Amino acid sequence: MEFAELIKTPRADNVALHRPFYPAVEGTLCLTGHHLIFSSRRQDNAEELWLLHSNIDSIEKRFVGSLGTIIIKCKDLRIIQLDIPGMEECLNIASSIEALSTLDSVTLMYPFFYRPMFEVVEDGWRSFLPDQEFELLSSATDEWRLSCINKEFSVCPSYPPVVIVPKSIDDEALRKVAMFRHGSRFPVLSYYHKKNGMVMMRSSQPLTGTNGKRCKEDEKLINATLRPGKRGYIIDTRSLNVAQQARAKGGGFEQEVHYPQWRRIHKCIERFNILQESLIKLVEACNDQSHNMDRWLSKLEASNWLTHIKEILTAACLAAQCIDREGASVLVHGTEGTDSTLQVTSLAQIILDPRCRTIRGFESLVVREWLQAGHPFQQRCAQSAYSNSKQKWEAPVFLLFLDCVWQILRQFPCSFEFNEQFLIMLFEHAYASQFGTFLGNNESERSKLKLPQKTMSLWSWVNRSEELCKFQNPLFEANSLVIWPSVAPQSLQLWEGVFLRWNRPSKFLDEAQEEMISIIKYNKELQAKVNALRRQLAELETDDRMQENL
Amino acid sequence: FHTLLMLQVENVKLLDRYTNRKAANGTLYLTATHLIYVEASAEVRKETWILHHHIATVEKLPLATAGYPLLIHCKNFHVAHFVIGQERDCHEVYTCLLKLSQPVKPEELYAFSYNPKMSKENREIGWKLIDLKVDYQRMGIPNDYWEITDVNKDYEVCNTYPPEIVVPRAANKAVVIGSSRFRSRGRIPVLSYLYKENNAAICRCSQPLAGFSARCLEDEQMLQAIREANPGSPFMYVVDTRPKLNAMANRAAGKGYENEDNYDNIRFKFIGIENIHVMRSSLQKLLEVCEMKSPSMSDFLTGLENSGWLRHIKAVMDAGVFLAKAVKDEKASVLVHCSDGWDRTAQVCSLASILLDPFYRTFKGFMVLIEKEWIAMGHKFSHRCGHLCGDPKEVSPVFTQFVDCVWQLMQQFPCTFEFNERFLLEIHDHVYSCQFGNFLGTCHKEREDLKIFEKTHSLWPFLLQKKQELRNPLYRGFTAYKELQPNTLPFSFQFWCGMYNRFDKGMHPKQCVLDHLLSCVSQKVKLEDSASELENKLPFLDGPLPSDACPLPKVGPAASKTPMLNTPQGYEGDPPPALSNGAAGGDEDVLSDVDQRNKENLSPHQDLHGDTIEVLDSEAKEGKPQHH
Repeated sequence: MEFAELIKTPRADNVALHRPFYPAVEGTLCLTGHHLIFSSRRQDNAEELWLLHSNIDSIEKRFVGSLGTIIIKCKDLRIIQLDIPGMEECLNIASSIEALSTLDSVTLMYPFFYRPMFEVVEDGWRSFLPDQEFELLSSATDEWRLSCINKEFSVCPSYPPVVIVPKSIDDEALRKVAMFRHGSRFPVLSYYHKKNGMVMMRSSQPLTGTNGKRCKEDEKLINATLRPGKRGYIIDTRSLNVAQQARAKGGGFEQEVHYPQWRRIHKCIERFNILQESLIKLVEACNDQSHNMDRWLSKLEASNWLTHIKEILTAACLAAQCIDREGASVLVHGTEGTDSTLQVTSLAQIILDPRCRTIRGFESLVVREWLQAGHPFQQRCAQSAYSNSKQKWEAPVFLLFLDCVWQILRQFPCSFEFNEQFLIMLFEHAYASQFGTFLGNNESERSKLKLPQKTMSLWSWVNRSEELCKFQNPLFEANSLVIWPSVAPQSLQLWEGVFLRWNRPSKFLDEAQEEMISIIKYNKELQAKVNALRRQLAELETDDRMQENL
Repeated sequence: FHTLLMLQVENVKLLDRYTNRKAANGTLYLTATHLIYVEASAEVRKETWILHHHIATVEKLPLATAGYPLLIHCKNFHVAHFVIGQERDCHEVYTCLLKLSQPVKPEELYAFSYNPKMSKENREIGWKLIDLKVDYQRMGIPNDYWEITDVNKDYEVCNTYPPEIVVPRAANKAVVIGSSRFRSRGRIPVLSYLYKENNAAICRCSQPLAGFSARCLEDEQMLQAIREANPGSPFMYVVDTRPKLNAMANRAAGKGYENEDNYDNIRFKFIGIENIHVMRSSLQKLLEVCEMKSPSMSDFLTGLENSGWLRHIKAVMDAGVFLAKAVKDEKASVLVHCSDGWDRTAQVCSLASILLDPFYRTFKGFMVLIEKEWIAMGHKFSHRCGHLCGDPKEVSPVFTQFVDCVWQLMQQFPCTFEFNERFLLEIHDHVYSCQFGNFLGTCHKEREDLKIFEKTHSLWPFLLQKKQELRNPLYRGFTAYKELQPNTLPFSFQFWCGMYNRFDKGMHPKQCVLDHLLSCVSQKVKLEDSASELENKLPFLDGPLPSDACPLPKVGPAASKTPMLNTPQGYEGDPPPALSNGAAGGDEDVLSDVDQRNKENLSPHQDLHGDTIEVLDSEAKEGKPQHH
């Protein structure tokens, strides 16, 4: 298919662009296969806006006489308005944008056409391989092995080709366990806590059904992670009620009789449309500037967004607490094990593992616990807060995770190598990107799409020093501690950097950030200077002494 | 120690507000000025100090298994929950505290006994630190239009105003006296702030005694004189900060508001800020929300909304912004009043000054502002803060709201204030502590009668001594920003956890950016010194410094010196976290022989092991939590 067919009017002049907090700009609008480009005509201060079609969440058109107005709402929550003279042009442009922003074939997406303008120093597709991860693990324990049972994605379509499982469990047993778990997502290693050798595993729900089916291999597999006489915890991210209802559909939960060494705790993390609706309501509240204080607070409350944040963080803290404080191993699952499960396992690692608070380590965490673990990004991030379609697969699961990370970052501002911008960047790229990293729903799909061969990885771009410096937290001081965030309502805040980003000017906050960076930078330079001087002085003194000795 | 000791009770527990962990035994001491609790068994000597003047309420709760509970609420939002072994002891502490926390005579206030061992000269210099005349000079007053008059030197015009006030030159003594008869409590229009750039002024007064039809020629002349002192504008605003309904109700009592027909070229406007009673109950509701035991997010947000607190903060801010815009953008003078002109008027005028003039965002300027708009102009601190046993209906968090508004501005404009949040908290503490003379009494005349300038100390020199820890490291200096135009959309206002949950350390960020930056700043000075010292020792060094500096030694931030309060916090049954009860700050010097006080109140790492297992166990039984 040619994009040209979809572009009825490739260019319009005398278009006015309106954005919040900027004066309106007049200029030319161009449509290409993947971008909406606006460029102002002014020579002194030419301004350009490039917007990926895939970033467009919804589009509205209005007419006053022959002046058409298009309101574009983006997945990154920005809203812009274009005034286009001429009804026909406006209609054409609107329908072109609509068509281009809702392409149904992945291979038509921009990452397949994007040619990087930067030199690739390190291929991000090869930056975080399971073997490396396993090597790290092997240095600490020999109780685990890499299994290639899923090589052709033949056992579990949403798992990567290699997974880490207890050494004592062979592939034959794994096959049986896979039959007993929803979507074949058998328990695999998620995190090994070096401090005490405890582990966190994740899986999907067991298929116990109404008559309490059991699977000896499944029991054996997870028991293999327990120390003699020790007990483990199963954290079910669903309420007991929901878990019980799941039995009617063939799902269920681990029953005490069959898992006597495990204590099960139910947490209540919401899913799918409930989260999507929460996001829609929250963004609606943030965008409505006519609210008085009471209405704003009641809308913020009614969106339930912060409630979800609190639930997710609480569950993650609990998992971390079981591992670090109780000295127990943990298995986390919900229903499919691709959403709330991953929120909990990845956040628990941020709490427990200082490595996950570095840039590299966090990237590795996203790769392991989200991309390879089979979080269906394409389904979940197809639409954002302005979608009006009633598809049921969209959900801001990853955004909630990033928001939780931001909450922890806010409480431990010196413990993270990255800053808030890094998290916002990941949010943007999960929803619309020139890179192939977040395309597809799992490794199997990515491999069929040949993404590593045909697209550029986000990590190839981010991990260059030019980019990295934007994402570094000047306050960072590595610490090896477990960090326990507070989950009290007073400690949790609306993530303004994402939700109010386009609704308020950021000049004064940006200046504060700059000031902070320059204070710290100056001190470091000063320290370096003092050190150099000291060394020089020491050298001179030794020279003197040698001369005296002569 | 013992000479001041009034009561000593053993076998007392201080409960942690949130967790149910077993509290250790300790000893409670009552001195003439403080309640001191020392936890006996803690590894780190843990002390909690509460100034008697800070105590708002003392309650005896029903007998608990551990003993007789005593709940203390403080005016700085500290809540302490003691359990005392013996009923007799509990009752004795209770009656003692009731008496000590509600002095009847002004002479019983701490300021009159507080002795920092300072020379008489220094004490007097301290009181002269803030000179309001200098501030008027800064505004260019006296000038052709405004003069400082001593017409009130014997408090004949108004006994709640200071002896020296600034009025238009055009308003002669007859006009001043005449106008004072037409204004509630004689609080005539006087200058609060002159915006030098365009001669627009902010003036303040009380409501006119207009009733339904009364008028006063001199008052009309007074307003005309104010308007004409700003020749650039053909009109002036008269702003009544009350809700219109309240103002109308006042007419029936012979008070009310200006009739636009009677005054030339005024634009009259209501800005609905609620009265002291609404504000008092709003704060009460807010504190109930802050004290809730393990609230859900919904509980908290709904409670926050129902308290109305942020709505009131926004109303005050909106009014301040209106004034600043009128002066700066419309170049019009503004006359502001409420009923008596000492609560809402003080809030709004001082906020507008902060928005318009960077001076008031410096240490010195903020002190001047409080002395000028609050203390000198007769904000009744003694009544609003309940310093003495008196009418509880007179108590209201008017000043707290002002401080909250300033904090909101700091959030929006982090580089524009010379001082940091702690400076606000210190001032807020001392408004209630009665340790310094500044906030005693209700007006200048009363402070003179109390002889506070002879018998007590001024707060400001003490705060300036602590400047290093109270400064804002991000401050970009006096000239970097002029007027501020804050965003007043509802989402721009935040709940101030550092104020209302200040003593619940577990809720605060565990690493403090401010501490980190402050230590950078102090380190910078040391590094610069050693750099120049080293450079002096290397006289022959001309060329550039080698750039291949050796690996940086750790630039140790303060954050690494204070261990993080960092423990898991019972996430399974979600009681929210709180680890410590803090001590009242700012009261140095007494009882110097008591071991070094541990103001940080580091709590020893909690071991939740036992509790957790129990809860986990009970939840695990088919998920039905059992109540113990």
